[in-house]
Amino acid sequence: MEQPAVMNKKRVQTGSTTRAFAKPHVIEEWVGKVYTALCILVLVITIGAIVYFVSSRGLATFFVDGVSLGGLLGGLKWEPEGDIPLYGALPFIFGSFSTSVLAALMAAPLGMCAAVFMTQIMPGFGKKVLQPVIELLAGIPSVVFGFVGLSVVVPVLRAIFPGQGIGIAAGSIVLSLMILPTITTIATDALAALPRGLKEGSFALGATRWQTIYRIVLPTTLPSLLTGVVLGMSRAFGEALAVQMVIGNSPHIPHSLFESASTLTSAITLDMGNTVMGSTHNNALWSLALILLSMTFVFVFVVRFLERRNKR
Amino acid sequence: MNAKTADRIATATIIGVASLIVLILAGLLGFILFRGVSHISFDFLTSVPQTIKAGGGIGPQLFNSLFLLLLTLIITIPLGLGAGIYMSEYAKPGRLTDSIRLVVEVLSSFPSIVVGLFGLLVIVNLFGFGFSLFSGALALTVFNLPLMVRITEQSLKGVPREQKEASLALGLSRWKTITSVMLPIATPTIVTGTILAAGRVFGEAAALLFTAGMSSPRLDFSNWNPLSPTSPLNPFRPAETLAVHIWKINSEGLAPDAAEIAAGASAVLVITVLLFNFSARWFGRYLHRRFTATK
Amino acid sequence: MHQEGLSAKNLRVFYGEKEAIKGVSLDFAPREVTALIGPSGCGKSTFLRSLNRMNDTIDGVRTTGEIWMDGENINDPGVDVVLLRQKIGMVWQRPNPFHKSIYENIAFGPRYHGVRNKKELDAIVEDCLRKAALWDETKDRLHQSALALSGGQQQRLCIARSIAVKPKVILMDEPASALDPVSTAKVEELISELKQEYSIVIVTHNMHQAARVSDKTAFFYMGKVVEYDVTDKIFTNPSEKATDDYISGRFG
Repeated sequence: MEQPAVMNKKRVQTGSTTRAFAKPHVIEEWVGKVYTALCILVLVITIGAIVYFVSSRGLATFFVDGVSLGGLLGGLKWEPEGDIPLYGALPFIFGSFSTSVLAALMAAPLGMCAAVFMTQIMPGFGKKVLQPVIELLAGIPSVVFGFVGLSVVVPVLRAIFPGQGIGIAAGSIVLSLMILPTITTIATDALAALPRGLKEGSFALGATRWQTIYRIVLPTTLPSLLTGVVLGMSRAFGEALAVQMVIGNSPHIPHSLFESASTLTSAITLDMGNTVMGSTHNNALWSLALILLSMTFVFVFVVRFLERRNKR
Repeated sequence: MNAKTADRIATATIIGVASLIVLILAGLLGFILFRGVSHISFDFLTSVPQTIKAGGGIGPQLFNSLFLLLLTLIITIPLGLGAGIYMSEYAKPGRLTDSIRLVVEVLSSFPSIVVGLFGLLVIVNLFGFGFSLFSGALALTVFNLPLMVRITEQSLKGVPREQKEASLALGLSRWKTITSVMLPIATPTIVTGTILAAGRVFGEAAALLFTAGMSSPRLDFSNWNPLSPTSPLNPFRPAETLAVHIWKINSEGLAPDAAEIAAGASAVLVITVLLFNFSARWFGRYLHRRFTATK
Repeated sequence: MHQEGLSAKNLRVFYGEKEAIKGVSLDFAPREVTALIGPSGCGKSTFLRSLNRMNDTIDGVRTTGEIWMDGENINDPGVDVVLLRQKIGMVWQRPNPFHKSIYENIAFGPRYHGVRNKKELDAIVEDCLRKAALWDETKDRLHQSALALSGGQQQRLCIARSIAVKPKVILMDEPASALDPVSTAKVEELISELKQEYSIVIVTHNMHQAARVSDKTAFFYMGKVVEYDVTDKIFTNPSEKATDDYISGRFG
């Protein structure tokens, strides 16, 4: 409704409710909105900047230095200091995938057992002992995992299997411990969110607990369980120092799980400090970072896909 | 095999695996503490590290870790609270909010080494802050911010609707309602979450290798002028943290007692993180009791 | 239309596509209690919450029509809802005191609206608590947490809190349904006291309560007002059959 301006002015003086911009609460409201929106803007700019800078550096390898994309992704030899420098990153890609997949394969059954234990078998004991234990595990820093891997896992593997103990096996064992909390927590939440009636219906039909878990509980929560596994893998894929400390760091595809190998993160960690910004070697390392970044997006979208299926 | 036997075997397996997990963690903690604690002394915690001689300490590293954590929290908390408030109170459902949520999710899953590289390129080189505590704090902010946003958003969403409406119905602005009614109720959860996140930040190393640097200048602990290059309080000096130190001596330590120092430093790191965990729980409960004071 | 009161004209509320209130027009006179009755889901609470624009805070709710107060349409987008809500107080079904002391619960609103003087605030707190018949029970523990009070006391504190910012109208959404009979009686007594000064709109499920406290009653059904009249008339001789069926307990 149109109001004459003079009337509006009078209303403000008589304490009416028509909007006026000089009132303290209007300013306060505005300040709050602008402040919180700016914080969001910082977040968005940050991610934009990360993607932009990592991509521009990582792509320079191909557009400026003339390394072919196929050569980087499919090349088996990483010899940046050779007479003819070679930038084949396949050994690193292989190392990253094999350690994170193996870690997920080891951690997933453990995490699911823990979740079933905490929700279906002994909820009281689970809440009081197992859950805090797993939360503590989540809090241990990755360098400490690396240190323990180096002083326990590697010597044990060396004693049992041929080789030096370092390699993909050691890396994935350390990683599986690191991602166990992620998988367990998500699986536990999923199992706990299950409607009571579903389980009780199965018990009422005379099914044993295991039949109920196996036929009803696990299938219904499968998408959530997978979400946890993918999130765990994503964490393992991006983990740098713990793996770098136990994997041996030779840039080739190993013949066994107990032979020195390398991952994308370990290569970046070791070489980034020793190369000159702008050199082909340096740019090639940024390309490895770009692969890591792209994989992050892949993992996020897989998780989103699983969550959407779960909602249905 | 009949159903009853299968049930018993499965139950036994699950209980076995659960106890195995407890045993592994107990072994892990036991190993770290058992190996490390004997090495921890007042001298170890306060003296400077040695490169090639035995008997080095971790004094400057411990200080750097704590100072860096403080700097990070000073930057993260206002940003994280603001962004979390926006997500919980101002964001309208729709495309824009969905994309912001995606941004937060992606940011929280970036590998920390990538965040470190970004810090090296942009904060250290482009902005010219060099290897410094400040660069490290900014990198850790990138790493910590999504967590802070999620904590704030969820704890605000947990505030009963009636509390918010009661304040609005008294004629309070939305902003005043958020800051004076909702945030106090959400504070215990936010504090607990922040302390837990702080534990993660404290142990982070990969994002710091190329931002805060891998060395510390000789520090003069009697010099409290934050602008002096040898002052511990100068945020623009390079600083090796405890976690980075552990990594460094494990991969290139030359001192004869490198393994003992690594063990001692790991124990200190784990004990500190455990303290963060326990204090988060305790403090959260304490604040909850104070704010709701049901007696 | 009452010049001093509150009146809704052809008010419609939509939840997304669904129309929850289908064109309701009601006048509320000053210093009168109006009860809104009707079966669950009939829209009486939604209607009540649209009177102080509280539905604005829920995503996806749209309100059309006019609400007149002091010669102004307060459902206009240009209206400052913050100032508006100061004039229209609200009390909820479940007592919801702030997680603050008893004193702070009352002083919070007036302080925000500019009363900074400690003596003045003390006077407001005492006055409001006296009006809510809570002063004698709380004067010795004003600085203790409001959550330590009993449910009935908390609800009276919430009423005291709402009158502390000097509203003209108080909206009550089933204010006694979560309380025991003794506390309910106290709250009802309080409503009769308060109507000396305020116009009160109360949603209730309890028909005896509506008959006891209100001057006028509106019967809501399926998002519409079926009948609106003097309470005595509604309860003794309703003009509509649906009203009669509801009051005599044949449905709802």
